[in-house]
Amino acid sequence: MSTLNYDSVNEITEFFTRQAQPDYATQNAHIFKLDRRQFLKLTGIAGGGLMLGFALSRARAHADHVDFNPSGYIKIDSEGITLYAPNPEIGQGVKTSLPMIVAEELDADWTEIRVVQSEINPAAYGQQYAGGSTAIPSNYAKLRQAGATARAMLVQAAAEQWSVSPSTLSTELSQVLHAGTGQQLSYQELASMAATLPVPSSENVRLKDPKQFRLLGTRTTGVDNEALVRGEPLFGIDVSLPDMKYAIYQKCPAIGGTVQSANIEDIKKMRGVVDAFTLEGTGNGNDLLPGVAIIANSTWEAFQAKRALKIEWNETNAAKDSWSAARKEAARLAQEPATQIANNGDFDAAMSTGTATSRGFYEYHFVSHAPLEPQNCTAHYKGDSLELWAPTQTPSWAIPTAARLTGLEESQVTLHQMRCGGGFGRRLYNDFLFEAAAIARRSKNPVKLQWTREDDVRYDLFRAGGFHQMDGCVDDNGKVTGWRNRYIAFAPGGRPANSMSGGVFPGGLVENLRVEQTAINWAHRCAAWRAPGANVFAFVVQSFLDELAHAAQRDSLEVLLEVLGEPRSVGGGRRGRGMHTGRAVNVVKFAAEKAGWGKELPKSSGMGVAFYYSHAGHIAIVAEVSVGGEEDTVTNRSGENVIRRKLKVHNVTVASDVGPIINLSGAENQVEGSVIDALSTMMDLSITFENGRAEQTNFDKYRIMRASVSPAVEAHFIDTGEHSPTGLGEPVFPPLAPAVGNAIFAACGHRVRTLPISEEGFYLG
Amino acid sequence: MKINVNGATHDLGEINPRTPLLWVLRDHLSLFGTKYGCGISQCGACTVLLNGEAMKSCLYPVSAVGDAQVTTIEGVAAKDGTLTRLQQAWIDLDVAQCGYCQAGQIISAEALLRKNPTPTDDEIYAAMDPNLCRCGTYIRIHNAIKRVADENKSGQNGG
Ligand code: FES
Ligand code: FES
Repeated sequence: MSTLNYDSVNEITEFFTRQAQPDYATQNAHIFKLDRRQFLKLTGIAGGGLMLGFALSRARAHADHVDFNPSGYIKIDSEGITLYAPNPEIGQGVKTSLPMIVAEELDADWTEIRVVQSEINPAAYGQQYAGGSTAIPSNYAKLRQAGATARAMLVQAAAEQWSVSPSTLSTELSQVLHAGTGQQLSYQELASMAATLPVPSSENVRLKDPKQFRLLGTRTTGVDNEALVRGEPLFGIDVSLPDMKYAIYQKCPAIGGTVQSANIEDIKKMRGVVDAFTLEGTGNGNDLLPGVAIIANSTWEAFQAKRALKIEWNETNAAKDSWSAARKEAARLAQEPATQIANNGDFDAAMSTGTATSRGFYEYHFVSHAPLEPQNCTAHYKGDSLELWAPTQTPSWAIPTAARLTGLEESQVTLHQMRCGGGFGRRLYNDFLFEAAAIARRSKNPVKLQWTREDDVRYDLFRAGGFHQMDGCVDDNGKVTGWRNRYIAFAPGGRPANSMSGGVFPGGLVENLRVEQTAINWAHRCAAWRAPGANVFAFVVQSFLDELAHAAQRDSLEVLLEVLGEPRSVGGGRRGRGMHTGRAVNVVKFAAEKAGWGKELPKSSGMGVAFYYSHAGHIAIVAEVSVGGEEDTVTNRSGENVIRRKLKVHNVTVASDVGPIINLSGAENQVEGSVIDALSTMMDLSITFENGRAEQTNFDKYRIMRASVSPAVEAHFIDTGEHSPTGLGEPVFPPLAPAVGNAIFAACGHRVRTLPISEEGFYLG
Repeated sequence: MKINVNGATHDLGEINPRTPLLWVLRDHLSLFGTKYGCGISQCGACTVLLNGEAMKSCLYPVSAVGDAQVTTIEGVAAKDGTLTRLQQAWIDLDVAQCGYCQAGQIISAEALLRKNPTPTDDEIYAAMDPNLCRCGTYIRIHNAIKRVADENKSGQNGG
C-alpha cells in the first residue's frame, strides 16, 4: 500500500462533496447571510472616478485587518464601466453570470460593460474557487448589494447636482434620469462626484424586486466569446514570458514509487535540454510526488527528452492496485453485512412480509476528469518571490503550499488566475502548480510546466469506482417498504472516497431503510469529480427504485412520485434549503409532461425517468431511447463475454429547479453539457488498474463521446419565486444515467447495473 | 526551414524537422490559438487548415508542410479583423463553455463549409466527429454550423 499522505486531498474533497449533500445548505448557511455592517469600500482613482470594492465572507471574520480594500470593485471612470469577476472560469460561465448580477442592480448597460478577471487576493475576497456549484449562491446577495450601492451613490450625485430629491430620479442603461425636467447624466459623468459621497450602509440601499429584473434571466452570451473565436491566448497553457523555458516532470507510473536512479547525465546532453534533476517528494499526495524534472527550450524538446528518460523506480511503497482483484473482493464483501451508516425502521421485518422483492448488484468503474486542457502552470521564482500563472479551480488555496515548497512567505507569492480548459473538479487539486513551483525554484528562468495527456490521466485524482448490493421490497399495495443499500467503497489511504450517508436517496422517504458501508483499500488518489458522490449514487438508487416499481408491476413514474410523497423538507435541510419533496415532485411531473410520459412508442423504444437532488438543485430527467437487436459477442474489460447492442438516445427532457436563472443561455448550455458529459461517461468511460498502473492514459482508450451520437436535449426551468438561485454546473449530471438505464429496461427488458454500460454490450449509435 | 502561416512566411532557422507543426505554431511562432489536447491525433484541439483541408497538427512534422498554406484560428477572420459568419454564429449562439476545443471546432467547420457550403446534418456530423468537446457543447456547435449552412442555402450573404 502507498505510504502517501492524503489528508489534504481528503480535506478538499470533503469540502466540495459536502456541497452535494442534502444538508449542504444548512452547513453553509453562513454563505447566504450578508453582513449587516457596511461591507463596501470606496477608493479614489487617478483622474477621478468611482471605484467600489466589496469586502467579503472571510474579510468579515478578520474585519479588523481589512479596513481598506481596493479589490473586487466596480470601477467607473473615463474608460467606462468595468466589473471584476472574482471566481475562476472553468466553463461554468461565472465570468459572465457573476458580473450580470452586479450590472442588474447597477442598472448598467450590459453591452458597454468591460469584464475583467479579478486578482487573486484571499485577504480581500475570502476564498476564491470554482467548485461545489457555489459561485452563484455564495455571491448572489453580496453582488446585488454591490451593484445597488453603486447605483444609489450615482443617484445621490445626480440629485445633488440638480438639487432634487433622489426619490424623483430613476436609472436605466448607465444613465440617471429626471423625469420632471427630462435631464439625464451618464454614470461616467457622475462617477467623480459619486466617489466623494459616503458609502450608504446596506440597510439604506434598496434592492430591486426580482420582477423588475431586466438583465437577469435573459440569454446573455459569454464575455470571452469573441476572444475565444479569434484564438486569443486566454488559457494557462497560452502563457508566455520573456526567456521562459519549458518543463516536464516524470513521476512513477505506479503512484507512490520513488526514483532509484535515472540517466540524467544522458538527458542533459540532449539537444534543447537545459537542465534535468531529481526531486524528492514531500510524501503528501496532494503536492509533490517524487520524480525527474527536465527543463528544455521548447515543449516538444521536453517531450522528446522525457521519452528518452530511463528511470529505475523503487516501487516498494508504490501502488499495487488491481481492478480485477478489487472486483473479486467486492463480490465477496457483498455477501457480508457491513458497518451500518443508517438503520431506520426494521428492514428485515419488511423483507419477510414484503410481497415482491428485488435484488441487484451494481458496479461502477473509475473515471478520469480529463479536462481538455492538460494540467500546466507557469512559475517564476526570483529568490524572494514567486509568481504563478495557473489554470486552477482553487487559486487562493494554492498559495500557502506554494510558499512552503519554495521557502517563501505567503505574501511573497502572487498567483495570476488563467482561464481553465475544463475543470470538473480536477483543478481543485493543485499538484501540477506545486510541481511547477518546485521546478521553478531550481531554474534561473521562468518555466512553463506542461503535463502530457498521458500524465493528465495517469496522475489524475480519479472518481472512485464502487459496488452496491441492493435489496428491497414492496408491500401488498406495491408501495416500497424496505430498502437496503450495502455500499462497497474504495478507500485511498484507508479513507473511503465518496462516503455514503443516511441522507442519500431514499433516506427519510422509505420507512425501513438500512445503509451499510465497507471499503477496499486503494492507493491511487481519488477525489471530487463533477457532482461528487451524487454522480454515481444517483445511478444506483434511481435504477433500483425502477427495479422495485417493475417488481410491483407498477408505473415507474407513479412509484417515484409516491416515494417522494407529501411536500416537506427531508434530509436535514432546515429553513427549506435542503431537499424539498414538493420541489422534487414539481420537476418530476414537469419533465414527465414535457416528454409525453406514457405515450405510445415504437417497438424496442422506451422511456425512463429519474430524479436527483444535489448541490441544492432539484432535477428530473426523462430519457427516450431505442435499443437495436442482439449482435456479435465481445469481451468486455472485465474479461466477460457480452452481446453487443446498439443504443440510440433520442430525446432527453430535463426539468430543473435551481431557483431563478441568472443567465438563461449559460444555464441551457450547462444542462446540455451535463447531459452529454453524463451520457459519455455512462456509455464507455472507464479507467482500470493492474499492477498499480492505470491502463488507459489517452483518448484512444478513454473514449469520450463524439458529436454524431448526441441526443436532442430540452431544458426546462421551474422558478416559483420563493427561492434564491443555486448552481447548475453539477446537479443535472447525476439523474441522466439512471433515466437512460431505466429507458433501456423499458425498451428491451435488460437492466443495466454497470457503468459504463459498454461493459454490458451497449454502444451508442 | 520556412513555412507560410496565415499569409506570412516565417523562417524557423535550424529547427528539428520532426517537430510537430502544433509546437512550432505555439512555441516558435507564438500562435497560441491552436491547442494541445492529446498529442495522438484523437481530440482535434490542434486542428489547422493545410491548403484549406482540416489537419491535426500534433503529429504532423513541420518538414512535411513544405509550400502549403497553413491557416490557424488567428487567420480565420479577415485581415481587417472582420469575423466570418461562422465565427459570429459561434458568438451569437454562445457555443463555448470552457472554450478550449473551440478553435479546433471552428477550423474543422471552416474546412467543411469551404468544400461544401450547404452540408446536411450527416455531413456535419461526419466532418465534426474528429473534434472532441469535453464540455459537451456538440448541440450548439452543430446549430452554429447549421445556421451558416442555412444562410448559404437561402443565398444570403453570397455564401
Ligand atoms: S492534440 Fe492533436 S488531435 Fe489532440
Ligand atoms: S468547450 Fe470545453 S472542451 Fe469544448
